[in-house]
Amino acid sequence: MDKFSGKIWVLGDDIDTDIIIPTEYLALKTVDDMKPYAFSPLRPELAGQISEGDIIVAGKNFGCGSSREQAPEIIKALGIKCVIAKSFARIFFRNSFNNGLLLIENEDLHDVVKEGDNITVCVNNFIEHENKKYPIAELPQNLVDIVNAGGLVKAMRKLNGLD
Amino acid sequence: MGMTIAEKIIAAAAGVESVKPGDIHTVELDRLMSNDGTTHLTIDMYNKLKNPHIADVNKLVWIVDHNVPCDSVKTAASHKKMRDFAKEHGIKFYEGEGVCHQVMMEKHVTSGELIFGADSHTCAYGAVGAFGTGVGCTDYLYAMVTGHSWLLVPETLRFNLTGKLPEGVYARDLILTIIGKIGANGANYMAMEFGGEGLKTLNMSDRISICNLCVEAGAKTALMEVDEITLDYLKEHGREPKHVFKSDEDANFAKVYDIDLSTIKPIVAKPHFVDSVVDAKECVGTHIDEAFLGSCNNGRIEDLRAGADIIKGKKVHPMVRFLVVPASADVYKQALYEGIIDTFMEAGAIVMNPNCSVCWGSCQGVIGENEVLISTGTRNFKGRAGHKDSFVYLASAATVTASAIKGEIATADMV
Repeated sequence: MDKFSGKIWVLGDDIDTDIIIPTEYLALKTVDDMKPYAFSPLRPELAGQISEGDIIVAGKNFGCGSSREQAPEIIKALGIKCVIAKSFARIFFRNSFNNGLLLIENEDLHDVVKEGDNITVCVNNFIEHENKKYPIAELPQNLVDIVNAGGLVKAMRKLNGLD
Repeated sequence: MGMTIAEKIIAAAAGVESVKPGDIHTVELDRLMSNDGTTHLTIDMYNKLKNPHIADVNKLVWIVDHNVPCDSVKTAASHKKMRDFAKEHGIKFYEGEGVCHQVMMEKHVTSGELIFGADSHTCAYGAVGAFGTGVGCTDYLYAMVTGHSWLLVPETLRFNLTGKLPEGVYARDLILTIIGKIGANGANYMAMEFGGEGLKTLNMSDRISICNLCVEAGAKTALMEVDEITLDYLKEHGREPKHVFKSDEDANFAKVYDIDLSTIKPIVAKPHFVDSVVDAKECVGTHIDEAFLGSCNNGRIEDLRAGADIIKGKKVHPMVRFLVVPASADVYKQALYEGIIDTFMEAGAIVMNPNCSVCWGSCQGVIGENEVLISTGTRNFKGRAGHKDSFVYLASAATVTASAIKGEIATADMV
Protein backbone atom coordinates (compact mmCIF):
# COMPACT_ATOMS: atom_id res chain seq x y z
CA MET A 1 0.00 0.00 0.00
CA ASP A 2 3.03 2.24 0.36
CA LYS A 3 2.88 4.00 -3.00
CA PHE A 4 0.25 3.97 -5.73
CA SER A 5 -1.07 6.10 -8.57
CA GLY A 6 -4.59 6.51 -9.86
CA LYS A 7 -7.11 8.54 -11.76
CA ILE A 8 -9.20 10.90 -9.65
CA TRP A 9 -12.91 11.70 -9.35
CA VAL A 10 -13.60 15.10 -7.81
CA LEU A 11 -16.53 15.71 -5.46
CA GLY A 12 -17.52 18.79 -3.44
CA ASP A 13 -18.07 19.66 0.24
CA ASP A 14 -20.40 17.86 2.67
CA ILE A 15 -20.81 14.63 0.67
CA ASP A 16 -23.20 12.91 3.08
CA THR A 17 -23.93 9.25 3.69
CA ASP A 18 -27.35 9.49 2.00
CA ILE A 19 -25.53 10.62 -1.15
CA ILE A 20 -23.00 7.80 -0.83
CA ILE A 21 -25.82 5.25 -0.45
CA PRO A 22 -29.48 6.34 -0.25
CA THR A 23 -31.68 4.64 2.37
CA GLU A 24 -33.89 2.96 -0.21
CA TYR A 25 -31.02 0.72 -1.38
CA LEU A 26 -29.86 -0.33 2.10
CA ALA A 27 -32.36 -3.21 2.08
CA LEU A 28 -30.55 -4.83 -0.85
CA LYS A 29 -28.83 -8.05 0.12
CA THR A 30 -25.16 -7.32 -0.45
CA VAL A 31 -22.81 -4.41 -0.83
CA ASP A 32 -22.25 -5.53 -4.44
CA ASP A 33 -26.00 -5.18 -5.06
CA MET A 34 -25.90 -1.69 -3.56
CA LYS A 35 -22.81 -0.33 -5.24
CA PRO A 36 -24.40 0.63 -8.61
CA TYR A 37 -26.44 3.20 -6.62
CA ALA A 38 -23.46 4.84 -4.91
CA PHE A 39 -23.56 8.63 -5.21
CA SER A 40 -26.79 8.30 -7.26
CA PRO A 41 -28.63 11.35 -5.83
CA LEU A 42 -25.71 13.50 -6.99
CA ARG A 43 -24.22 11.70 -10.00
CA PRO A 44 -26.20 8.60 -11.02
CA GLU A 45 -23.66 7.65 -13.69
CA LEU A 46 -20.61 7.84 -11.42
CA ALA A 47 -20.68 4.34 -9.91
CA GLY A 48 -20.54 2.81 -13.39
CA GLN A 49 -17.60 4.96 -14.42
CA ILE A 50 -15.31 4.24 -11.47
CA SER A 51 -12.57 1.69 -12.14
CA GLU A 52 -10.43 -0.37 -9.79
CA GLY A 53 -7.65 1.75 -8.35
CA ASP A 54 -9.33 5.14 -8.85
CA ILE A 55 -9.15 7.79 -6.15
CA ILE A 56 -11.79 10.23 -4.86
CA VAL A 57 -10.74 13.79 -4.03
CA ALA A 58 -13.36 15.79 -2.10
CA GLY A 59 -13.87 18.97 -0.09
CA LYS A 60 -14.65 19.36 3.58
CA ASN A 61 -16.77 17.13 5.83
CA PHE A 62 -16.82 14.05 3.57
CA GLY A 63 -19.09 11.30 4.95
CA CYS A 64 -21.21 13.46 7.24
CA GLY A 65 -24.51 12.07 8.47
CA SER A 66 -25.51 8.55 9.33
CA SER A 67 -23.40 5.83 10.96
CA ARG A 68 -24.33 3.40 8.16
CA GLU A 69 -21.23 1.36 7.55
CA GLN A 70 -22.36 0.42 4.07
CA ALA A 71 -21.07 3.86 2.99
CA PRO A 72 -17.32 3.13 3.25
CA GLU A 73 -17.90 -0.53 2.30
CA ILE A 74 -19.48 0.51 -1.00
CA ILE A 75 -16.73 2.99 -1.83
CA LYS A 76 -14.23 0.22 -1.26
CA ALA A 77 -16.29 -2.29 -3.27
CA LEU A 78 -16.29 0.11 -6.23
CA GLY A 79 -12.53 -0.27 -6.30
CA ILE A 80 -11.65 3.14 -4.88
CA LYS A 81 -8.12 2.94 -3.51
CA CYS A 82 -8.45 5.87 -1.13
CA VAL A 83 -10.46 9.02 -0.45
CA ILE A 84 -8.59 12.29 -0.04
CA ALA A 85 -10.62 15.14 1.47
CA LYS A 86 -10.13 18.45 3.24
CA SER A 87 -11.79 16.84 6.27
CA PHE A 88 -13.90 13.81 7.16
CA ALA A 89 -16.90 13.44 9.47
CA ARG A 90 -15.80 11.46 12.50
CA ILE A 91 -18.13 8.44 12.41
CA PHE A 92 -17.30 7.90 8.73
CA PHE A 93 -13.60 8.21 9.57
CA ARG A 94 -13.71 5.34 12.07
CA ASN A 95 -16.00 3.24 9.87
CA SER A 96 -13.68 3.59 6.88
CA PHE A 97 -10.57 2.34 8.64
CA ASN A 98 -12.61 -0.39 10.31
CA ASN A 99 -13.60 -1.54 6.81
CA GLY A 100 -10.15 -1.22 5.30
CA LEU A 101 -10.77 1.97 3.32
CA LEU A 102 -7.83 4.37 3.42
CA LEU A 103 -8.63 8.04 4.09
CA ILE A 104 -6.16 10.90 3.75
CA GLU A 105 -6.72 14.48 4.87
CA ASN A 106 -5.29 17.26 2.74
CA GLU A 107 -6.39 20.89 2.66
CA ASP A 108 -4.87 22.00 -0.64
CA LEU A 109 -5.16 19.27 -3.26
CA HIS A 110 -8.91 19.65 -3.87
CA ASP A 111 -8.49 23.26 -5.00
CA VAL A 112 -5.91 22.49 -7.69
CA VAL A 113 -6.96 19.19 -9.26
CA LYS A 114 -9.52 18.47 -11.96
CA GLU A 115 -11.43 15.30 -12.63
CA GLY A 116 -9.51 12.74 -14.64
CA ASP A 117 -6.09 13.91 -13.45
CA ASN A 118 -3.61 11.33 -12.27
CA ILE A 119 -2.04 11.54 -8.84
CA THR A 120 0.48 9.49 -6.92
CA VAL A 121 0.04 8.79 -3.23
CA CYS A 122 2.98 7.89 -1.04
CA VAL A 123 1.24 6.83 2.18
CA ASN A 124 2.38 8.65 5.33
CA ASN A 125 4.45 10.99 3.19
CA PHE A 126 3.04 12.98 0.28
CA ILE A 127 0.64 13.21 -2.65
CA GLU A 128 2.11 14.14 -6.04
CA HIS A 129 0.11 15.99 -8.69
CA GLU A 130 1.65 17.53 -11.83
CA ASN A 131 5.14 17.33 -10.33
CA LYS A 132 4.11 19.12 -7.18
CA LYS A 133 4.20 17.35 -3.82
CA TYR A 134 1.60 17.90 -1.11
CA PRO A 135 2.72 16.65 2.31
CA ILE A 136 0.33 14.42 4.28
CA ALA A 137 0.28 13.42 7.94
CA GLU A 138 1.56 10.09 9.18
CA LEU A 139 -1.12 7.59 10.20
CA PRO A 140 -0.80 5.66 13.47
CA GLN A 141 0.58 2.16 12.80
CA ASN A 142 -2.56 0.42 14.16
CA LEU A 143 -4.72 2.16 11.53
CA VAL A 144 -2.28 1.16 8.76
CA ASP A 145 -2.38 -2.42 10.05
CA ILE A 146 -6.19 -2.44 9.99
CA VAL A 147 -6.29 -1.09 6.40
CA ASN A 148 -3.65 -3.60 5.27
CA ALA A 149 -5.63 -6.47 6.83
CA GLY A 150 -8.74 -5.28 4.97
CA GLY A 151 -10.62 -4.01 8.02
CA LEU A 152 -10.99 -4.46 11.79
CA VAL A 153 -12.86 -7.78 11.67
CA LYS A 154 -10.30 -9.24 9.28
CA ALA A 155 -7.54 -7.90 11.54
CA MET A 156 -9.24 -9.60 14.51
CA ARG A 157 -9.53 -12.86 12.54
CA LYS A 158 -5.85 -12.62 11.72
CA LEU A 159 -5.03 -12.19 15.40
CA ASN A 160 -7.27 -15.20 16.11
CA GLY A 161 -5.23 -17.22 13.62
CA LEU A 162 -8.29 -17.76 11.41
CA ASP A 163 -6.85 -16.28 8.21
CA MET B 1 -5.42 21.99 34.39
CA GLY B 2 -9.15 21.49 34.96
CA MET B 3 -11.31 19.22 32.85
CA THR B 4 -14.55 19.51 30.88
CA ILE B 5 -17.53 17.17 31.39
CA ALA B 6 -16.49 15.07 28.37
CA GLU B 7 -12.93 14.76 29.69
CA LYS B 8 -14.16 13.75 33.15
CA ILE B 9 -16.43 11.02 31.76
CA ILE B 10 -13.62 9.62 29.61
CA ALA B 11 -11.17 9.75 32.54
CA ALA B 12 -13.63 7.84 34.74
CA ALA B 13 -14.30 5.27 31.99
CA ALA B 14 -10.56 4.84 31.36
CA GLY B 15 -9.78 4.60 35.08
CA VAL B 16 -7.24 7.43 35.00
CA GLU B 17 -6.86 10.66 37.00
CA SER B 18 -6.98 13.05 34.11
CA VAL B 19 -7.11 13.22 30.31
CA LYS B 20 -6.56 15.96 27.75
CA PRO B 21 -7.78 16.52 24.18
CA GLY B 22 -5.84 14.46 21.66
CA ASP B 23 -5.06 11.61 24.09
CA ILE B 24 -6.32 8.19 23.06
CA HIS B 25 -7.72 6.03 25.87
CA THR B 26 -9.15 2.57 26.17
CA VAL B 27 -12.52 3.03 27.84
CA GLU B 28 -14.98 0.72 29.55
CA LEU B 29 -18.46 1.24 28.07
CA ASP B 30 -21.61 1.41 30.20
CA ARG B 31 -24.17 0.66 27.52
CA LEU B 32 -24.30 -0.44 23.90
CA MET B 33 -27.38 0.43 21.85
CA SER B 34 -28.05 -0.92 18.37
CA ASN B 35 -31.10 -0.75 16.09
CA ASP B 36 -32.43 -2.49 12.99
CA GLY B 37 -30.51 -0.10 10.72
CA THR B 38 -27.33 -2.17 11.04
CA THR B 39 -27.66 -4.89 13.73
CA HIS B 40 -27.99 -7.64 11.09
CA LEU B 41 -24.51 -6.64 9.84
CA THR B 42 -23.10 -6.84 13.38
CA ILE B 43 -24.56 -10.33 13.77
CA ASP B 44 -23.03 -11.47 10.45
CA MET B 45 -19.59 -10.25 11.57
CA TYR B 46 -20.02 -11.76 15.06
CA ASN B 47 -20.69 -15.14 13.50
CA LYS B 48 -17.41 -14.94 11.55
CA LEU B 49 -15.30 -14.62 14.71
CA LYS B 50 -13.66 -17.56 16.40
CA ASN B 51 -15.49 -18.57 19.60
CA PRO B 52 -17.15 -15.18 19.94
CA HIS B 53 -18.77 -14.17 23.18
CA ILE B 54 -20.49 -11.05 24.52
CA ALA B 55 -18.44 -9.33 27.23
CA ASP B 56 -21.46 -8.25 29.31
CA VAL B 57 -24.87 -8.96 27.88
CA ASN B 58 -26.51 -6.64 30.45
CA LYS B 59 -24.97 -3.64 28.70
CA LEU B 60 -26.65 -4.39 25.37
CA VAL B 61 -29.96 -2.83 24.30
CA TRP B 62 -31.35 -3.68 20.87
CA ILE B 63 -34.25 -1.71 19.45
CA VAL B 64 -36.24 -2.27 16.26
CA ASP B 65 -37.36 1.20 15.20
CA HIS B 66 -36.30 2.00 11.64
CA ASN B 67 -38.79 -0.17 9.76
CA VAL B 68 -41.71 -0.81 12.11
CA PRO B 69 -43.84 -2.64 11.27
CA CYS B 70 -41.85 -4.42 8.58
CA ASP B 71 -42.29 -3.06 5.09
CA SER B 72 -40.80 -5.91 3.06
CA VAL B 73 -39.71 -9.52 3.11
CA LYS B 74 -36.08 -8.33 3.19
CA THR B 75 -36.51 -6.28 6.37
CA ALA B 76 -38.59 -9.08 7.90
CA ALA B 77 -35.57 -11.35 7.47
CA SER B 78 -33.23 -8.81 9.00
CA HIS B 79 -35.58 -8.26 11.97
CA LYS B 80 -35.91 -12.00 12.48
CA LYS B 81 -32.14 -12.38 12.56
CA MET B 82 -31.96 -9.65 15.22
CA ARG B 83 -34.89 -10.99 17.26
CA ASP B 84 -33.59 -14.59 17.24
CA PHE B 85 -30.06 -13.54 18.21
CA ALA B 86 -31.36 -11.31 21.04
CA LYS B 87 -33.47 -14.17 22.38
CA GLU B 88 -30.65 -16.70 22.15
CA HIS B 89 -28.20 -14.44 24.01
CA GLY B 90 -30.63 -12.79 26.45
CA ILE B 91 -30.19 -9.27 25.05
CA LYS B 92 -32.65 -6.58 26.15
CA PHE B 93 -34.88 -6.17 23.10
CA TYR B 94 -37.57 -3.67 22.15
CA GLU B 95 -39.82 -3.70 19.12
CA GLY B 96 -42.58 -1.19 18.49
CA GLU B 97 -41.73 0.69 21.70
CA GLY B 98 -40.47 3.75 19.87
CA VAL B 99 -37.49 5.43 18.29
CA CYS B 100 -34.30 4.03 19.84
CA HIS B 101 -33.00 7.25 21.42
CA GLN B 102 -36.36 8.10 23.00
CA VAL B 103 -36.64 4.56 24.39
CA MET B 104 -33.08 4.81 25.75
CA MET B 105 -33.86 8.13 27.44
CA GLU B 106 -37.08 6.82 28.96
CA LYS B 107 -35.72 3.49 30.15
CA HIS B 108 -31.93 3.31 30.39
CA VAL B 109 -29.56 6.27 30.15
CA THR B 110 -28.21 8.03 33.22
CA SER B 111 -25.78 10.87 33.99
CA GLY B 112 -22.05 10.22 33.69
CA GLU B 113 -22.34 7.08 31.56
CA LEU B 114 -20.29 6.41 28.43
CA ILE B 115 -22.48 4.89 25.72
CA PHE B 116 -21.87 3.66 22.18
CA GLY B 117 -24.86 3.56 19.88
CA ALA B 118 -24.79 2.20 16.35
CA ASP B 119 -26.67 5.28 15.24
CA SER B 120 -25.38 8.78 14.64
CA HIS B 121 -27.93 10.53 16.88
CA THR B 122 -26.69 8.74 20.01
CA CYS B 123 -25.34 12.12 21.15
CA ALA B 124 -28.93 12.79 22.36
CA TYR B 125 -28.00 11.15 25.69
CA GLY B 126 -26.07 14.26 26.68
CA ALA B 127 -29.44 15.69 27.71
CA VAL B 128 -28.97 13.90 31.05
CA GLY B 129 -25.19 14.40 31.06
CA ALA B 130 -24.24 11.05 29.50
CA PHE B 131 -21.49 10.80 26.87
CA GLY B 132 -23.30 9.14 23.96
CA THR B 133 -21.54 8.74 20.65
CA GLY B 134 -22.49 7.16 17.35
CA VAL B 135 -20.37 4.34 15.91
CA GLY B 136 -20.56 1.97 12.97
CA CYS B 137 -21.37 -1.70 13.35
CA THR B 138 -17.72 -2.80 13.36
CA ASP B 139 -16.87 -0.56 16.32
CA TYR B 140 -20.08 -1.78 17.92
CA LEU B 141 -19.08 -5.40 17.43
CA TYR B 142 -15.64 -4.78 18.93
CA ALA B 143 -17.21 -3.14 22.00
CA MET B 144 -19.82 -5.89 22.30
CA VAL B 145 -17.18 -8.62 22.27
CA THR B 146 -14.53 -6.90 24.41
CA GLY B 147 -16.63 -4.55 26.59
CA HIS B 148 -14.34 -1.67 25.74
CA SER B 149 -13.11 0.48 22.88
CA TRP B 150 -10.71 3.32 22.21
CA LEU B 151 -11.63 6.99 22.19
CA LEU B 152 -9.76 10.09 21.16
CA VAL B 153 -10.42 12.73 23.82
CA PRO B 154 -12.30 15.50 21.98
CA GLU B 155 -11.85 19.21 22.41
CA THR B 156 -14.94 20.91 23.86
CA LEU B 157 -16.98 23.81 22.53
CA ARG B 158 -18.83 25.48 25.41
CA PHE B 159 -22.20 27.15 24.94
CA ASN B 160 -23.24 29.48 27.78
CA LEU B 161 -26.97 30.02 27.60
CA THR B 162 -28.66 33.05 29.12
CA GLY B 163 -32.24 34.36 29.02
CA LYS B 164 -35.32 32.45 27.91
CA LEU B 165 -36.73 31.44 24.52
CA PRO B 166 -39.55 33.80 23.44
CA GLU B 167 -43.13 32.49 23.21
CA GLY B 168 -43.54 30.40 20.03
CA VAL B 169 -39.81 29.70 19.69
CA TYR B 170 -38.52 26.21 20.44
CA ALA B 171 -35.37 24.22 21.22
CA ARG B 172 -35.35 23.12 17.57
CA ASP B 173 -35.02 26.77 16.52
CA LEU B 174 -32.15 27.21 18.98
CA ILE B 175 -30.10 24.21 17.81
CA LEU B 176 -30.69 25.01 14.12
CA THR B 177 -29.46 28.55 14.86
CA ILE B 178 -26.33 27.14 16.50
CA ILE B 179 -25.65 24.71 13.63
CA GLY B 180 -26.12 27.56 11.15
CA LYS B 181 -23.64 29.61 13.11
CA ILE B 182 -20.86 27.02 13.47
CA GLY B 183 -21.55 25.03 10.26
CA ALA B 184 -22.14 21.36 9.44
CA ASN B 185 -18.58 20.49 10.48
CA GLY B 186 -18.15 23.27 13.03
CA ALA B 187 -17.88 20.76 15.86
CA ASN B 188 -16.27 17.89 13.92
CA TYR B 189 -14.52 15.48 16.34
CA MET B 190 -15.52 17.81 19.23
CA ALA B 191 -17.86 17.75 22.22
CA MET B 192 -20.54 20.43 22.50
CA GLU B 193 -21.22 21.37 26.12
CA PHE B 194 -24.20 23.42 27.27
CA GLY B 195 -24.65 25.25 30.55
CA GLY B 196 -25.50 28.58 32.11
CA GLU B 197 -28.59 30.13 33.64
CA GLY B 198 -30.56 29.81 30.42
CA LEU B 199 -30.33 26.01 30.58
CA LYS B 200 -32.70 26.05 33.56
CA THR B 201 -35.47 27.37 31.30
CA LEU B 202 -35.20 24.30 29.01
CA ASN B 203 -37.08 21.14 29.94
CA MET B 204 -35.82 17.60 29.28
CA SER B 205 -37.59 17.39 25.93
CA ASP B 206 -35.85 20.61 24.80
CA ARG B 207 -32.52 19.26 25.98
CA ILE B 208 -32.90 15.97 24.09
CA SER B 209 -33.83 17.89 20.95
CA ILE B 210 -30.71 20.07 21.23
CA CYS B 211 -28.22 17.29 22.02
CA ASN B 212 -29.72 14.95 19.40
CA LEU B 213 -28.99 17.37 16.56
CA CYS B 214 -25.39 18.17 17.56
CA VAL B 215 -24.11 15.43 15.24
CA GLU B 216 -25.36 17.63 12.40
CA ALA B 217 -22.55 20.01 13.36
CA GLY B 218 -20.19 17.00 13.31
CA ALA B 219 -20.00 16.65 17.10
CA LYS B 220 -18.69 13.45 18.68
CA THR B 221 -20.98 14.04 21.63
CA ALA B 222 -23.13 16.69 23.29
CA LEU B 223 -23.30 17.22 27.04
CA MET B 224 -25.50 19.29 29.31
CA GLU B 225 -24.77 20.22 32.88
CA VAL B 226 -26.74 18.10 35.30
CA ASP B 227 -29.19 20.13 37.41
CA GLU B 228 -32.45 19.72 39.32
CA ILE B 229 -34.37 19.18 36.07
CA THR B 230 -32.06 16.27 35.16
CA LEU B 231 -32.23 14.71 38.61
CA ASP B 232 -36.04 15.02 38.70
CA TYR B 233 -36.27 13.36 35.27
CA LEU B 234 -34.05 10.48 36.36
CA LYS B 235 -36.00 10.07 39.60
CA GLU B 236 -39.34 10.03 37.77
CA HIS B 237 -37.95 7.26 35.58
CA GLY B 238 -36.58 5.31 38.56
CA ARG B 239 -32.87 5.91 37.99
CA GLU B 240 -29.91 7.34 39.91
CA PRO B 241 -27.02 9.22 38.29
CA LYS B 242 -23.74 7.34 37.87
CA HIS B 243 -21.64 10.51 38.09
CA VAL B 244 -22.59 14.18 38.25
CA PHE B 245 -19.82 16.10 36.51
CA LYS B 246 -19.39 19.82 35.91
CA SER B 247 -16.60 21.45 33.96
CA ASP B 248 -13.90 22.89 36.21
CA GLU B 249 -13.45 26.66 36.43
CA ASP B 250 -10.09 26.33 34.69
CA ALA B 251 -11.24 23.76 32.11
CA ASN B 252 -9.89 24.36 28.64
CA PHE B 253 -12.52 25.03 25.96
CA ALA B 254 -11.61 25.23 22.27
CA LYS B 255 -14.11 28.06 22.01
CA VAL B 256 -16.84 29.60 24.18
CA TYR B 257 -20.10 30.90 22.73
CA ASP B 258 -22.53 33.09 24.69
CA ILE B 259 -26.09 32.68 23.49
CA ASP B 260 -28.98 34.82 24.66
CA LEU B 261 -32.05 32.62 24.21
CA SER B 262 -34.36 35.65 23.99
CA THR B 263 -32.78 36.56 20.61
CA ILE B 264 -33.70 33.24 18.91
CA LYS B 265 -36.42 33.25 16.22
CA PRO B 266 -38.30 30.53 14.34
CA ILE B 267 -35.80 28.96 11.93
CA VAL B 268 -36.00 26.74 8.86
CA ALA B 269 -33.14 24.64 7.44
CA LYS B 270 -33.46 24.60 3.66
CA PRO B 271 -32.58 21.69 1.35
CA HIS B 272 -30.10 19.97 1.28
CA PHE B 273 -27.96 20.87 4.31
CA VAL B 274 -28.82 21.18 7.99
CA ASP B 275 -26.65 24.30 8.26
CA SER B 276 -28.53 26.07 5.42
CA VAL B 277 -30.61 27.93 7.97
CA VAL B 278 -32.71 31.03 7.46
CA ASP B 279 -35.32 32.96 9.40
CA ALA B 280 -38.54 30.95 8.90
CA LYS B 281 -40.20 34.10 7.53
CA GLU B 282 -37.92 33.91 4.48
CA CYS B 283 -39.45 30.54 3.51
CA VAL B 284 -43.08 31.54 4.05
CA GLY B 285 -45.18 30.65 1.02
CA THR B 286 -42.97 27.76 -0.15
CA HIS B 287 -45.25 25.01 -1.50
CA ILE B 288 -45.29 21.70 0.47
CA ASP B 289 -46.74 18.26 -0.27
CA GLU B 290 -46.16 16.59 3.07
CA ALA B 291 -45.52 17.56 6.71
CA PHE B 292 -43.96 15.30 9.34
CA LEU B 293 -44.22 15.74 13.10
CA GLY B 294 -42.18 13.07 14.87
CA SER B 295 -38.68 11.50 15.19
CA CYS B 296 -36.17 11.25 18.04
CA ASN B 297 -35.69 14.97 17.64
CA ASN B 298 -39.25 16.24 18.01
CA GLY B 299 -41.71 13.42 18.60
CA ARG B 300 -42.18 13.86 22.34
CA ILE B 301 -45.37 14.82 24.16
CA GLU B 302 -44.24 18.47 24.38
CA ASP B 303 -43.92 18.58 20.57
CA LEU B 304 -47.30 16.93 20.03
CA ARG B 305 -48.87 19.41 22.46
CA ALA B 306 -47.31 22.32 20.57
CA GLY B 307 -48.75 20.98 17.31
CA ALA B 308 -52.17 20.14 18.78
CA ASP B 309 -52.54 23.64 20.29
CA ILE B 310 -52.08 25.10 16.82
CA ILE B 311 -54.26 22.69 14.82
CA LYS B 312 -57.15 22.32 17.30
CA GLY B 313 -60.38 23.21 15.49
CA LYS B 314 -58.58 23.63 12.15
CA LYS B 315 -57.98 21.31 9.20
CA VAL B 316 -54.92 19.97 7.41
CA HIS B 317 -54.72 21.53 3.93
CA PRO B 318 -56.50 19.19 1.45
CA MET B 319 -53.37 18.84 -0.73
CA VAL B 320 -51.06 17.96 2.17
CA ARG B 321 -50.38 14.65 3.92
CA PHE B 322 -49.68 15.45 7.58
CA LEU B 323 -47.91 12.55 9.33
CA VAL B 324 -47.93 12.58 13.13
CA VAL B 325 -45.66 9.95 14.66
CA PRO B 326 -45.19 9.85 18.46
CA ALA B 327 -41.57 9.01 19.34
CA SER B 328 -42.48 6.22 21.74
CA ALA B 329 -45.35 4.09 22.98
CA ASP B 330 -45.30 6.05 26.25
CA VAL B 331 -45.63 9.32 24.33
CA TYR B 332 -48.44 7.82 22.24
CA LYS B 333 -50.35 6.70 25.35
CA GLN B 334 -49.93 10.10 26.99
CA ALA B 335 -51.13 11.82 23.81
CA LEU B 336 -54.20 9.57 23.73
CA TYR B 337 -54.90 10.35 27.38
CA GLU B 338 -54.66 14.11 26.77
CA GLY B 339 -56.95 13.98 23.73
CA ILE B 340 -54.12 15.09 21.44
CA ILE B 341 -54.50 12.15 19.07
CA ASP B 342 -58.22 13.02 18.70
CA THR B 343 -57.27 16.61 17.87
CA PHE B 344 -54.86 15.54 15.13
CA MET B 345 -57.27 12.98 13.67
CA GLU B 346 -60.17 15.41 13.62
CA ALA B 347 -57.94 17.83 11.76
CA GLY B 348 -57.23 15.16 9.13
CA ALA B 349 -53.70 14.15 10.13
CA ILE B 350 -52.41 10.61 9.58
CA VAL B 351 -51.37 9.32 13.01
CA MET B 352 -48.85 6.48 12.83
CA ASN B 353 -47.25 4.02 15.24
CA PRO B 354 -43.98 5.05 16.97
CA ASN B 355 -41.00 4.55 14.63
CA CYS B 356 -38.39 6.50 12.65
CA SER B 357 -40.85 6.97 9.77
CA VAL B 358 -39.97 9.32 6.91
CA CYS B 359 -37.06 10.83 8.86
CA TRP B 360 -35.04 7.88 7.63
CA GLY B 361 -36.62 7.79 4.19
CA SER B 362 -37.91 4.24 4.24
CA CYS B 363 -40.95 2.40 5.52
CA GLN B 364 -43.48 5.26 5.82
CA GLY B 365 -44.37 8.44 4.03
CA VAL B 366 -41.52 8.65 1.54
CA ILE B 367 -41.92 11.48 -0.94
CA GLY B 368 -41.85 11.30 -4.72
CA GLU B 369 -40.06 13.17 -7.49
CA ASN B 370 -40.04 16.96 -6.99
CA GLU B 371 -42.14 16.70 -3.83
CA VAL B 372 -41.50 18.90 -0.82
CA LEU B 373 -41.58 17.81 2.82
CA ILE B 374 -41.42 20.02 5.89
CA SER B 375 -40.20 17.95 8.78
CA THR B 376 -39.19 17.85 12.43
CA GLY B 377 -36.86 14.99 11.44
CA THR B 378 -33.12 15.07 11.86
CA ARG B 379 -31.81 15.57 8.33
CA ASN B 380 -32.61 17.24 5.03
CA PHE B 381 -29.92 15.68 2.85
CA LYS B 382 -30.67 15.25 -0.86
CA GLY B 383 -32.89 12.20 -1.25
CA ARG B 384 -33.07 11.61 2.50
CA ALA B 385 -36.88 11.32 2.55
CA GLY B 386 -37.40 9.51 -0.74
CA HIS B 387 -36.78 10.41 -4.38
CA LYS B 388 -33.35 11.85 -5.17
CA ASP B 389 -35.03 14.88 -6.67
CA SER B 390 -37.16 15.81 -3.68
CA PHE B 391 -36.80 18.52 -1.06
CA VAL B 392 -36.81 18.54 2.74
CA TYR B 393 -37.12 21.59 4.98
CA LEU B 394 -36.49 21.20 8.72
CA ALA B 395 -38.36 23.21 11.34
CA SER B 396 -39.99 23.10 14.79
CA ALA B 397 -43.20 21.20 15.57
CA ALA B 398 -45.06 24.54 15.56
CA THR B 399 -43.80 25.62 12.13
CA VAL B 400 -44.42 22.15 10.67
CA THR B 401 -48.00 22.09 11.97
CA ALA B 402 -48.75 25.62 10.79
CA SER B 403 -47.38 24.66 7.34
CA ALA B 404 -49.57 21.54 7.24
CA ILE B 405 -52.62 23.77 7.72
CA LYS B 406 -51.61 26.37 5.13
CA GLY B 407 -50.30 23.97 2.46
CA GLU B 408 -47.15 26.06 2.28
CA ILE B 409 -44.44 26.99 4.75
CA ALA B 410 -45.98 29.15 7.48
CA THR B 411 -45.17 30.13 11.04
CA ALA B 412 -47.54 29.50 13.93
CA ASP B 413 -48.61 33.14 14.17
CA MET B 414 -50.04 32.93 10.63
CA VAL B 415 -52.73 30.31 11.27
